[in-house]
Amino acid sequence: MKQAISINVNGVDYPGEVEPRMLLVHYLRDVLGLTGTHVGCETSICGACTILIDGQAVKSCTMFAVQADGSNVTTIEGLAANGNLHPVQEGFWECHGLQCGYCTPGMIMTSTQIIDRNPDPSREEIRHGLEGNLCRCTGYQHIVEAVEYAAKKASA
Amino acid sequence: MADKYVGKRVKRTEDPRLIKGLAHYVDDIGLPGTLHVAFVRSMYAHARITGIDTSEALKVPGVVAVYTGKDIATKIGPVPCAAALPDLKVPDYRVLATDKVLFVGHPIAAVVATDKYAARDAAEILYPGVELEELPAVVSIIDGVPTTPVIHEHFGDNIAYKLTSGEGDIEAAMKAADRIVKQKMIHQRLAPIAMEPRGVLARYFPGEEELTVWSSTQIPHLLRTQLALMIGIPENKLRVITPEVGGGFGSKLNVYAEEALLGWISMQLGKPVKWIESRRENVAATIHGRAQVGTVEVGIKNDGTITGLRYNVVADLGAYHQLLTPAIPTLTGLMLSGAYKIPAIQMNVTGVFTNKMSTDAYRGAGRPEATYVVERVMDVIARELNLDPIEVRRKNFPKADEFPFHTATGLDYDSGDYEAALKKALDLSGYQKLREEQKKARDNGKLIGIGLSSYVEICALGPSQAMPAGGWESATVRIEPTGKVTVLTGASPHGQGQETSFAQIAADEVGVDLNDVTVIHGDTGIVQYGIGTFGSRATAVGGTAVLIAIHKLKEKAAKIAAHMMQCDASRLSFEAGCYSKQEAAAAAVTGKSEPVVPVGEGPAGALHEVPTPTNGRNKITIQEIALAAHIAKELPPDTEPGLSATYFFEPKNFTFPFGTHICVVEIDKDTGETKIIKYVAVDDCGKVINPLLVDGQVHGGIVQSIGQALYEEVVYDEQGQLVTGELMDYALPRASQMPWFDTDRTETPSPVNPLGVKGVGEAGTIGATPAIVNAVVDALSPYGVKHLDMPVRPEAVWRIIRAPEG
Repeated sequence: MKQAISINVNGVDYPGEVEPRMLLVHYLRDVLGLTGTHVGCETSICGACTILIDGQAVKSCTMFAVQADGSNVTTIEGLAANGNLHPVQEGFWECHGLQCGYCTPGMIMTSTQIIDRNPDPSREEIRHGLEGNLCRCTGYQHIVEAVEYAAKKASA
Repeated sequence: MADKYVGKRVKRTEDPRLIKGLAHYVDDIGLPGTLHVAFVRSMYAHARITGIDTSEALKVPGVVAVYTGKDIATKIGPVPCAAALPDLKVPDYRVLATDKVLFVGHPIAAVVATDKYAARDAAEILYPGVELEELPAVVSIIDGVPTTPVIHEHFGDNIAYKLTSGEGDIEAAMKAADRIVKQKMIHQRLAPIAMEPRGVLARYFPGEEELTVWSSTQIPHLLRTQLALMIGIPENKLRVITPEVGGGFGSKLNVYAEEALLGWISMQLGKPVKWIESRRENVAATIHGRAQVGTVEVGIKNDGTITGLRYNVVADLGAYHQLLTPAIPTLTGLMLSGAYKIPAIQMNVTGVFTNKMSTDAYRGAGRPEATYVVERVMDVIARELNLDPIEVRRKNFPKADEFPFHTATGLDYDSGDYEAALKKALDLSGYQKLREEQKKARDNGKLIGIGLSSYVEICALGPSQAMPAGGWESATVRIEPTGKVTVLTGASPHGQGQETSFAQIAADEVGVDLNDVTVIHGDTGIVQYGIGTFGSRATAVGGTAVLIAIHKLKEKAAKIAAHMMQCDASRLSFEAGCYSKQEAAAAAVTGKSEPVVPVGEGPAGALHEVPTPTNGRNKITIQEIALAAHIAKELPPDTEPGLSATYFFEPKNFTFPFGTHICVVEIDKDTGETKIIKYVAVDDCGKVINPLLVDGQVHGGIVQSIGQALYEEVVYDEQGQLVTGELMDYALPRASQMPWFDTDRTETPSPVNPLGVKGVGEAGTIGATPAIVNAVVDALSPYGVKHLDMPVRPEAVWRIIRAPEG
């Protein structure tokens, strides 16, 4: 039986009814049409589906939509404010932190949390923070540089 | 061509949509009324299908149809294999299993439903309805060719083919040696794991009789041809679109059962159908790579000179041939000369069927195996002769003036300076100091190892004579009436950044701003036939096609310019996107000059201006010419209107990038864990279009090498059950495990194409693996270790360290 939920996504309230078993990532992608959040493994390993729930990085492929009822969600589509790229997005572009782009939305969302928690992270701290996100293309080095760039830019 | 963009670290033009989450991968495309497909797949490695009862699945609300092997056996052609080898046994590979299942993940039935949850429910409900009689499985090739049971009974045995390759008198070469070094090596099975799994969306319009297939593939045109043959639809009624592709690494250089089946189902139901591969399906039923077990024998003189090399190898092909499965080990045979002068080389390969997913092209595709064999055995030789590994390599390098260099594998290496790359890597790493530090560390009880690899790879695949289905690449370049430049390339990318690198080539050659160029790819309805992106070929072959298409286009533009300015074309010079009248004398001296720096403010808005009469003008931009060519009032006699050119570039040879990688590891004595503490890579990929992209390719390639050397393996147990079926079990490298890479380059242009580029997509995956394992073996040499097989797991290392304590 469907259940009523209301989730604020990227600043907009979305009331709706979902099957209790519907995954949050499917709700975002298939119901709300926010396809920037990707599914890469369905087991919380790869982090392609990472979003922010009430400011915390969460893997949306292993959470039900009903569990997000009443929360504030930020997806990759909601990151650029007033058309300006978020410093992390800018860093990924400047430092060639992406190739195929599939892990990128999750990487970017996780990276925002890294610099939120620590405005001046060391390379080791950045790598530790990225442990839950897999990238098969970049070898991570340019991603680490992207986060460094973003940290500098955000604190400037 | 002015180097305004080429050679520069230009930020990628494809990135804005990707970093904003606005790009479209297959699953991001929604069509109204789309039905969803889920597959029932075998959980057994080898079993006979004795019955399938679909009735319960059909009762699930939302289920529209269920298809089994019987339904489609005669309706869809077999999954194709393009590799042609003498006496190759090719099994009949149907898109759904008919009488037997031959590997875990083998599709048995397809369930179609109105939503994906219902489709998966029904697939689960269907599975108990599949009656399977389990058979013993053929799994391991470690001890040679498995004889029983025979997987494809009518073949009589499990041998798909046997092949001997190489040149020179190998027996004489071995006799001439002072000693023979021999080493068995295992190249474990790997999973490519593109972060975007495969996915297919198919839509048939019964009225127009047109089928469109969106697929996450590296080869849209080859896929179109093969799907047309499989499904039986005219090729000109089939359109393949590859939207954003989330990585491939060779795994999407294929034609898969699901692609044909989805197209066919859409035609049956007259509705769009979608299937998105789960990660579990991806590990089980998308091609794997490597999986060779071989023994290398090398004849050597006591000074380290190699007299001959023989490699006897068994290749685990899996149950069926995918597109290139049997051909991959032949690439190994081609590269067994490595970076060395070896007078005689022989490879004897036996390709065998096993109850596993097919192996095929995974990044490097046969070349990492060759490089690993050669570079690993160079260290074995050094140890045997008590020489520095560098000296053994130097002893056998061809000199820079010996190129083109013919190998005993039948290749002609185009250009190279192996000593220069080695020296640069030694300097960059501070090799001598590293050795001193290693000695000190050893004295302090620490396990430090230094490994290197001087690799050569074969890229820019390749001349059509050497390729199964054409080795050329195509480009169309148009200048639109508004002056915008459109490039259509057949080399459809999947993360490499061709929208940027090809735009760099075009912008410099046409003399326009980078932002005026758009590169279109991956749609057979728009782009002329092309081959695809694989084998580090896109820039060397596809980029060259772009360059030469522009040369053709400019020949026409120059004629129009001369007509418009009422002068002879020989009196024109071309610079910065602009044709100018020159004094006859000056033109004779300088010839056609090349365009120079900035054009940013190019006259792109020309459409709304009525072209001014050009009589008496001394300058005219190529963008103005484009408008004139479309308005067609001022063209020379017998000139076709429009301004576009198409070129199909056929390379005369492969290219041979090379380099030296140096890796330093430290091993934790308590845990056996290997940590890479320094990594230096000097690569030579010829001329570089965009250093930023080259760095990215090198980093990513090395990390996949580290994965192979230390972490990754597709494990099947003795029953053929897939043990590493998810990313929870299949160990991909993580950010926290990876070292910092110090990269540099030497630049030896390739004479094979006018850009001088060689290719770099696979260099890291080819060059790095032996450097890492050599470092681990070096670290453990105090324990008498001469070789270790991959992945070098902490447990194996820990046991070696613990052994002396008994």
